[in-house]
Amino acid sequence: MVVEQSPSRPADLLFHALADPTRRDIVTRTLRGEHSVSDLARSYPMSFAAVQKHVAVLERAELVRKRRRGREQLVRGNVDAIRRTHLLLEEFEASWRGRLDRFARVLADDPDRRPEPTDDPEPRSAP
Amino acid sequence: MTVTGASRNAADRTLTITSAFDAPAVRIWNLWEDPRQLERWWGPPTYPATFVEHDVRPGGRSAYFMTGPQGDTPHGWWRTLAADPTRRLEFENGFADGSGEPDPAMPVTSIRVTIEEVPAAGTRMTIVVTFPSPEAMDKILSMGMEEGMTAAMGQIDGLL
Repeated sequence: MVVEQSPSRPADLLFHALADPTRRDIVTRTLRGEHSVSDLARSYPMSFAAVQKHVAVLERAELVRKRRRGREQLVRGNVDAIRRTHLLLEEFEASWRGRLDRFARVLADDPDRRPEPTDDPEPRSAP
Repeated sequence: MTVTGASRNAADRTLTITSAFDAPAVRIWNLWEDPRQLERWWGPPTYPATFVEHDVRPGGRSAYFMTGPQGDTPHGWWRTLAADPTRRLEFENGFADGSGEPDPAMPVTSIRVTIEEVPAAGTRMTIVVTFPSPEAMDKILSMGMEEGMTAAMGQIDGLL
């Protein structure tokens, strides 16, 4: 089954589209160069119609763009949408790296030189 | 080198970061459990965090605010889902309104921390951050588009 639900929000569409390995593969291929739908269909053990549906899901999520050339439909990966998702996760990663750097610095501080905690000097015991 | 690996999975909406420390697991745990140590590293330098409530037992709640350069104080909250002291901590982290009440309109991330002592290699900490709903991603994406990704992320750094 290609289209399980019909998500409508942009991020919903995006992650739904990327959740399928065939679709991820189509994105990877079409980012490298333009492919016709029939081209793509020959690469996967599934019908032309099934591949066409996958492409439609990707198109709705704006991960690929489609254009006609005569009788052919050409598919090209949309770098912007993918870059946006990665950019976002990259930002999270950068933010967590910063946090972990600070974590390491606090850890490196000799606990004996820290001011005594005012309220809970005993470590809480494990339940 | 603190961070030993990082991987981003757009399809699962997860970010996994592994780090290694030359310290026993109990010390690592203390940095999560003790609010005074936690607030020394949770917020970015421009937005240091102050935890006014902190309970990392299952079901426990934490409340914090951060103080920005303009005196703005964005609030955040944690809810601890699971905890196994010195080994594992799972919690949700979200935005709160000015009175510290969770803001249901804002994204919630879930964070799973695993701490394990590796013989002769110190202690490994693995953090998996998950964005549980497409809505959460949507919200962040739209913030990014409105305000410019980097600026927006700077402001909400400590809240994610």
